[in-house]
Amino acid sequence: MLKCRTAWKKLAPLARASSTVCRQNVRRTGLTNGRIPALVPAAHMSTGPAGGGGGENRLYFALVGAAFVATGIYAYRTVKGDKQRYQERIDEISSRPSKATESDPEPPAVPEPEPQAAPSAEEPSPSAPDVPSHTPYLLIGGGTASFAAARSIRARDPNAKVLIVTDEPDLPYMRPPLSKELWFSDDPSVTDTLRFKQWNGKERSIYFQPASFYISPEELDSAENGGVAVLTGKKVVHMDVRGNKVKLDDETEISYDKCLIATGGVPRNLQVIERAGDEVMKRTTLFRKIEDFKALDKVSRNIQSVTIIGGGFLGSELACALGRRSNESDLEVIQMFPEKGNMGKVLPEYLSNWTTAKVKREGVKVIAEALVKSVTCKDDKLEIQLKDGRLVKTDHIVAAVGLEPNVDLAKSAGLEVDSDFGGYRVNAELQARSNIWVAGDAACFYDIRLGRRRVEHHDHAVVSGRLAGENMTGANKPYWHQSMFWSDLGPDVGYEAIGIVDSSLPTVGVFAKATAKDTPKAATEESGTGIRSESETEDTAVSPVASSLPAPVVQQNKDDYGKGVIFYLRDKVVVGIILWNVFNRMPIARKIIKDGEEHADLNEVAKLFNIHED
Amino acid sequence: MSPSESPCKDRIIFVTREDHETPSNAELIAEDPDDPYEEQGLILPNGDINWNCPCLGGMASGPCGSQFKEAFSCFHYSKEEVKGSECIDNFRNMQECMQRYPELYPQEEDKAESNSGSASDPPTEGSALPSETDSAPASSEPESAVPSDSMSPTDDQTAS
Repeated sequence: MLKCRTAWKKLAPLARASSTVCRQNVRRTGLTNGRIPALVPAAHMSTGPAGGGGGENRLYFALVGAAFVATGIYAYRTVKGDKQRYQERIDEISSRPSKATESDPEPPAVPEPEPQAAPSAEEPSPSAPDVPSHTPYLLIGGGTASFAAARSIRARDPNAKVLIVTDEPDLPYMRPPLSKELWFSDDPSVTDTLRFKQWNGKERSIYFQPASFYISPEELDSAENGGVAVLTGKKVVHMDVRGNKVKLDDETEISYDKCLIATGGVPRNLQVIERAGDEVMKRTTLFRKIEDFKALDKVSRNIQSVTIIGGGFLGSELACALGRRSNESDLEVIQMFPEKGNMGKVLPEYLSNWTTAKVKREGVKVIAEALVKSVTCKDDKLEIQLKDGRLVKTDHIVAAVGLEPNVDLAKSAGLEVDSDFGGYRVNAELQARSNIWVAGDAACFYDIRLGRRRVEHHDHAVVSGRLAGENMTGANKPYWHQSMFWSDLGPDVGYEAIGIVDSSLPTVGVFAKATAKDTPKAATEESGTGIRSESETEDTAVSPVASSLPAPVVQQNKDDYGKGVIFYLRDKVVVGIILWNVFNRMPIARKIIKDGEEHADLNEVAKLFNIHED
Repeated sequence: MSPSESPCKDRIIFVTREDHETPSNAELIAEDPDDPYEEQGLILPNGDINWNCPCLGGMASGPCGSQFKEAFSCFHYSKEEVKGSECIDNFRNMQECMQRYPELYPQEEDKAESNSGSASDPPTEGSALPSETDSAPASSEPESAVPSDSMSPTDDQTAS
């Protein structure tokens, strides 16, 4: 009947609106005060269509009235139940033993009055609490993955309210420049501005966004269009998965609808250093955060010798950065590691050797195959005793020996930790449990193509953070877009890589036979790299170079790895690719890995990269 | 192509330009443009706007995100002869919002110019929307319309 249908159509949006309002009110009243005005919707529904007189409206009114009453009863029941549960929880919390740490009188990092755990039932608080007691989206950790997720959530869920909780004092920032670009800046105030020049010449800050992008945690609840709030200087210490809430180190509780754990990790240290005592620890830097960068920058200007322990990405990059600085100052830069060459665990041996030579040219004293036996402090100098008997004296140590993923919340949350790779174990969609996702360095996830892994690179943090944000807003997509990583070690070595790049895998490297055109200018001034042997363009090559070429180095294979592509194979399938001094070809590399095909002739695959072009 | 002697584990091949002149016979699997797993561009297969496109930077997620979304949606779905001509209010709202955050949305004329791409700008009739439409990516392959708001230092380089 038409009347019914019209009435129903009119009713539906009204019912929806009223139930939403009802829900919101219930939540608010349930949490702010114990008293619950029953039948809250009454006030709001009075703004509904107050129909005029007339017979046909009687049916309409009856329907409206019925819905009204039903909603009211539902509201009353829910609110009553909430109140009861709330009271139980308060009792439970207050019965818990108080923490040993003096969390009450401790001055908060952020100049705000002490946040209330859950507003007391004494009186309705007139203003919003400093920390929202509930947030729809809670992101634990304020790094790259967290920021990527926040952005993803905001893009997909209109007016989303996102709360980031981080124990660092800083807003979300990117890490790669801390060991690269920031060290090459000409600006003396770079440690304050934290700005660097990108590959395209444009300058930017390491912070993803300036402070004006974010809203303050107090405003989050009431923000009409939502926003991203960052709560700095607060650590999440306990997670109650059943109750969908977390507890901070100051006893504040925050409940959530969806939660992301992006806690990253903590730099590992050598046991011998940890056992060596305070004097040694004082002179040791574990490098990860902005404060570490500032401290190392300051220290490096005041000492004569610094030693970097570790031959991976971070160690090599810092060694090159400090090595370059040593050109201006008298700083001695030493780098030591157990492998045979820099990036020994990543690059095949011939390339690792080549890279080590380049690192040395940056002014670094490289000590390979070095295992540290003990470290002592004597007369204000550190003495590093190696297992093979060598003794290295230095003023300061930078330990870059890996990252320990932060899984502190695993116990209280009941989350699985992976025993092979470390980190929280999550599925292909980055989900640990209902409503809980993990992204970034701390996530041990299932990669459909490459198998279970944990990746500690910047782009992975971006990709996984984005994906987690998408899945938190209902996307249900697995990890599919393969992340990449890159490294720059001086003017000659720049590479981008994707997939599993482990030197223990068999590799096939396809390199361009170098001609005069390919060689970077810097290398032509220095001999020893054996480029340009019998190329036909030798006549046009710069003559000083020809004369400085050492005689025996004509053999093409030696030290000739100017540009190329290296494939890493597992069971004949390409699982990793390095683009060596070849840029803007990452999409092709990504495609090859995604296909996961067995290719009989990898030289044919290499053709796709067009390595001879720029 | 000169194969070199090296340990079996790591093969090294040197190739000249001529070696690589012949087209590759390596077979790649055909792409499915509607693959839901893949990263989507600005416009989704069903015609909707992908607000999470990296190409938008932080435009849809920042403080002026909702205004931006309204304005751009209006423009995208506009069927007017002069596309987006009915969206003037939306764009004005967006511009007003952006003016409140000069740090995030720098009001640079030349940046706005370079970001217009192949935009079929509606304001042929008025000067009401000079810079706003320019700062909104109007083509399906926009450059980063955002004031230096990329996540990674090599974002543009590796956009795929």
